[in-house]
Order: sequence, then C-alpha cells, then structure tokens
Amino acid sequence: MSEPIIKFEKVNKWYGDDFHVLRDIDLEVAPGERIVICGPSGSGKSTLIRCINRLEEHQEGRIFVTGTELTDDVKAVERVRREVGMVFQQFNLFPHLTVLENLTLAPMWVGKTPKAKAEEIAMRQLERVRIAEQARKYPLQLSGGQQQRVAIARALCLKPKIMLFDEPTSALDPEMIKEVLEVMIELAGQGMTMICVTHEMGFAKAVANRVIFMDQGQIVEQAPPEEFFSRPKSERTKDFLSKILGH
Amino acid sequence: MASVFQPIPPRPAPVRTTGYVAWARANLFGDWRSTTTTIVLALVALWLLPGMAQWAIFQAVFHPSLESCQAARGTGACWAVVAEKYRYIILGRYPYDEQWRPVVATLLLMGLLGVSCTRRFWRPWLVPLWIAVLAGYFVLMAGGVLGLSKVTTDLWGGLPLTIMLATLGIVLAFPLAVLVALGRRSKLPAIRTMCIVYVELVRGVPLISVLFMASFLFPLFMPVGKSPDVLLRVLVGITLFAAAYLAESVRGGLQAVPKGQVEAAATLGLTYWQTQRKIVLPQALAMVVPAVMNNFIAIFKDTSLVTIVSLYELTGSLGLALNADADWRPYKLEGYFFIAAIYFAFCFAMSRYSLWIEKQVSVSRTR
Repeated sequence: MSEPIIKFEKVNKWYGDDFHVLRDIDLEVAPGERIVICGPSGSGKSTLIRCINRLEEHQEGRIFVTGTELTDDVKAVERVRREVGMVFQQFNLFPHLTVLENLTLAPMWVGKTPKAKAEEIAMRQLERVRIAEQARKYPLQLSGGQQQRVAIARALCLKPKIMLFDEPTSALDPEMIKEVLEVMIELAGQGMTMICVTHEMGFAKAVANRVIFMDQGQIVEQAPPEEFFSRPKSERTKDFLSKILGH
Repeated sequence: MASVFQPIPPRPAPVRTTGYVAWARANLFGDWRSTTTTIVLALVALWLLPGMAQWAIFQAVFHPSLESCQAARGTGACWAVVAEKYRYIILGRYPYDEQWRPVVATLLLMGLLGVSCTRRFWRPWLVPLWIAVLAGYFVLMAGGVLGLSKVTTDLWGGLPLTIMLATLGIVLAFPLAVLVALGRRSKLPAIRTMCIVYVELVRGVPLISVLFMASFLFPLFMPVGKSPDVLLRVLVGITLFAAAYLAESVRGGLQAVPKGQVEAAATLGLTYWQTQRKIVLPQALAMVVPAVMNNFIAIFKDTSLVTIVSLYELTGSLGLALNADADWRPYKLEGYFFIAAIYFAFCFAMSRYSLWIEKQVSVSRTR
C-alpha cells in the first residue's frame, strides 16, 4: 500500500470536559480510496471527518493530511484546506453571491487565479455537475438538489486531492437524493479520494472500497462493503444494519 | 339538442378592486372598527386643521416686516423671522462677506454624498474623490491659503457644520464600529475584552458628557497651547460615541450569519479577513440596514448637542440669531419650525435611501 494520504494516530477529542466524542481513533486512508462512514447519530462520524480539515481540533493524538500534520500552525491548516474539499449537509452556499461567484471566490482570492480563468474553471465544474445553465442565479433560487451539486462543484474548483462529504443527502427530498448521488458516483469513478458520512447504503455498496462503522466515538468495524453488509463481525454492527436496512 | 357555443362578453368585476373608491372601502371603511376610527380621526382633523391653517398660512406674515409680525402676534405665524434671519440661522457666525465659502464647501460635500449614494459611482476612484472634496471643504472653510482669509473654527456654524460633523462622524464611526463588532467576537481574549470595555463605557455615559470631556477636560491634560482644535476634539468625541452604538447594531448582524458560512469559507481556504470581508460582513450588514440607518439618523441629530461646547451648528446658530435681537426673539417658535423642516428633510432622505438599500441587498433573497 502506498503512503497514506490521511492518517489518524490514537486521536482523542472531547466537547467540553465530559463528552468524549472521539476515542483512540486509528485510521489510514490510501490515495484514491473511497470510504463510507456510518453509525448512529452522536457516534462521532461527523466530528471525525471535520477533524481532517480542522473544523474541529483534536486534543490528543496526531493527524496527518497529505503529509502535513494538523497543529495550531495556521499556515499548515491553510495548506491542508487547499487540498481538501468539503460538502456539508446544509450546503452552506453563500446566499449573497451568484452560483458562479460562489465558485470563483476561492480560486480568485485563495488561488490568485485571474477572474476570466476562474470563471472558465467554474463553468467546467458546473457542467460536470450538469447545472451550467444556472450559473447566474442565486443559490436560494435553486432546488436543494441543485444547491448541493453547486456545493460539490464549488469544492472541486480548487482541485482538491480529497473530498469530504458530511451527510450530503440528509437534507434533501427523496427525488433529489438521486441527482446528487449520481454526481458523487461519477466523481468516485474519476479516482478522487473520498470520505463520505452517509446512510445511503446503496451508494456505499456501489462505490466504497471500505465501510467504517462507528459507535460511541470508536471505530467498531471496517471492511469492504460486500463483507461489511453480508458478514458483519460485531453484534453492534448487525443490530445497526438490521435497523437501517430493515425496511 | 346540439349545444351551441355562446360566447359570454367580458364584464367588469361586481366589486371594483382598484381606484380611489375601492381603496377607501378597503382601507378606511373595511369593517366597523376601521370605519369608526376613520370617522373619529376625520372629526379630530376637522377640529384641528382649520386653526392650524389659519395660524400657519392665512393669518401668517411672510414679508420681512417687524410691524406686521407684532400686529399678527397670537393669531398668525411670523415667517418673516425666517426671511429676515435665514442667513444667520443657516450659516451662523461665519464672516458675512465670506459666506459664499461655506455655501460652496457644503454643496461640494453634499454633491459627494449624492455621488457616493449612487450605485454606478461605486468605483475605486470614490476614495481619492472623498479625500479631495474633504480637503477642499476644509481649505474653503478655514482659509489662510490661496488668498482666502483665515476663519477660525469657532466661527464655523449653522448647516455647514451640522452636515460636516454628521458626515465625518458617520464615515469615521462606521469602520470603527465594524472593527469593534468583529473584536467583540474575536477568539483573542485581550481584543475581546478591550472591545467590550469600550462599548460598555461609552454607552454608559451621555453624549453631552463626552462632548464636555472633549472640549473642557481634555485640554487640561495637554501642555498649554498644544491641545488640538476644539472642532477636532468634538469630532473625535462624536465618532467614538456613535461607533459604540453602531458596533452593537453591526454585531447583531454578525450573530445572525449562520456558522456554516464561516465553516464553508474556511474549507475553501479563505483567511479570517477574507472570510469577514467577502462572506460574513456582506450578509451581516445587509441584515442590519434599518438598525444602522437608525444610528446614522441619530448621529445627524445628535450633532445639535455640540452647541453646548460653543460650536454653533444649525440649532445653536438659530439661538444665536434670535437671542441677540430683542425685536425678533419672540418668534423663536417659527424659527424652530424652520430648522425642524431642515432636519426632517435630511432625515427623511436618509430613511428613503435606507429603503432603497434594503431593496438592493434583498435581490439574492428573492426566489
């Protein structure tokens, strides 16, 4: 296995003094790997991926992303964030900017790309998520599914090596989930390293190399999807799977 | 029997929904409550208006004649006082022969404000234009160069002083307020504490006491003759005072920007200042336009307090104009109506502009 692109070493995190949200997390992600993280709410899965671009700070252990250790060093954090794109449950598009401006903002201000070039890149990404005709609209004029696809395109504009998805379809109506998942599956087919917190088990089966099950701040079990779904090892995993696949 | 298509010619709706009658029916006589209110208010108006009109218009004296005013005392307004004293009220003690200078300077300043309020002039050259116009304003007012005679700041007064104090107060207080509002939310304890102390201290004292301190107390701590000009000290006082209130209005907007916006900006690699400037402030300020305009209007009217430290702006120069003249002193009420109309015109313009700004910033929120 090649050098891991993300590495967690015995990472611990607390919210306040008492809530031990991540407990002794060890994790290695290879370049190009596609990981789905699932687990009950409050199990720490969102916190885990938010530690990768330091939206959350860990208190113990070490985290390396593309070879850089995440510490209080602001420059290191900025470097890592340039390599890591993120898509949120609530989209978090900038409502006062048009779709196109949402996409060109970071390339122009962070990447120092000239405006014309940034717009060209942005339009290419919008075509990739099949929404180029909406470029001049404002985010709130779009449907939820369209907004989430814009959010994916926005993250892609910086040419990240890693994409993080934090429950990207949980705030969407059922008929819009499909259009977002299709875009994500396409992205997976192009060799992007992806870490996705989701309960879309169909997506996990279709694209993941590895499924991680978390509970109470710990990684309970991790396995390739075929193994994970057909022969889960722990009782806790079996119980969880029976609940979410039961209907 | 075969049915035959019978076209029905269009006819107007049975109850009209447009026009004066329909408007009155909907808004004045909608139900018994609004009908009662309308009738009561109409009666009150009928009772008050004729008397007011008699006093303000029909029995009033318009031509500048003291005798007519004295004859009309008690029955009609003496607008003659405005005709007689308008130059003193509007321009204060500024030397009579040089009064074209404050007029030109103020027109320049108002022109600049007009340009700055117009969207298509929001270009980088506005900044040098501001510097140039302000420099021009002070050269014209103070003189001492270009063959203009020197006029000390204690002689500046009236509307030019009001407009200058309000403009500079707002323009200087606003950026300071934004910094203080950001500072109050800073993660750095020293900065946060400083900003909190500043806001709480300044909000805890009346503007009058700030002005007193600026004008009388401050020079006591300075070497004799080294204290900056009283106008400058007062301007700093107004700015610091206004900024504390403005900062709280701005902070209200900052609180309302969802945390996800900052997180999204962070994941895109934007720095703190880029995030504030491009993401947080545009949204925060858009939300607090009414509150901020409230502050601006308050600043404009609060400038009337500088009279207390012998800077005779519009309100102060009205006092100067009439108190010194025993003949015209009885007609102060009319004078106050006159400057009230001036204040109202400016404040009303500001509030209309605020509505326009609100419409501009809500574009992205309309679906």
